[in-house]
Amino acid sequence: MKVLIPTPLRQYTGRQSTVELEAGSVDEALCELTTRYPELRKQLFTAEGELRKFVNVYVNDEDIRYLERERTLVKPTDTISIIPSVAGGSVAARRGF
Amino acid sequence: MALFIAKPDLEELRQHGEETYPFECCGVLLGRVDDVGGKRVHEVVRCSNQRTESPHNRYFIDPRELVGIQRRAHERELDIVGFYHSHPQHPARWSATDLEEAHWPGCSYVITSVMNGVATQTNSFDLVAEGESKSFQNEELHVE
Repeated sequence: MKVLIPTPLRQYTGRQSTVELEAGSVDEALCELTTRYPELRKQLFTAEGELRKFVNVYVNDEDIRYLERERTLVKPTDTISIIPSVAGGSVAARRGF
Repeated sequence: MALFIAKPDLEELRQHGEETYPFECCGVLLGRVDDVGGKRVHEVVRCSNQRTESPHNRYFIDPRELVGIQRRAHERELDIVGFYHSHPQHPARWSATDLEEAHWPGCSYVITSVMNGVATQTNSFDLVAEGESKSFQNEELHVE
């Protein structure tokens, strides 16, 4: 199966935008990914081993939070996407230029 | 770091901010990073602001929409090099909220001030992460 790596995390995957690996679940896939690229672990997980809140993990077009989370099963033809959240806004604007 | 953008692409994201006024607009910048770290925009992708509460001063891009954009970009050998949003009735400078909710180090965050429905200043900021801390650095915006 294929894991799509977002731009900011490629510094930890040798600049690769995709990683091919074998896994039966999201948990196995993330475990294999962070074993191969240990620096990724603290980017994706808290010290307690929980996925960071701003890190979204999708299997194809589905958010694993609405499936079986890390226990979600995957097939060899599936694609896992790692997507940090994108948000913000002018509220509390007080710094910058 | 610097962000290179064609004039029509810059106008596109500024116009988006005028169209959504008095609410914030948001979107993704697809492109490539050159050998010396400069980011060049090849396409501006509009997104819908999914914030139903306070859309006049907050924005949020649906991660599912981002997943599709990232996948289609990959198929075309493009990368997500940045994001844009507008600040209605606020200056084109990053806010504490912008920094707190920015999680794409190395990417550009382009902000356009829209005053009374008219896009005024547009600035770009590079998100830099060092260990657990992060900051926005002013970034040159080269219009081509």
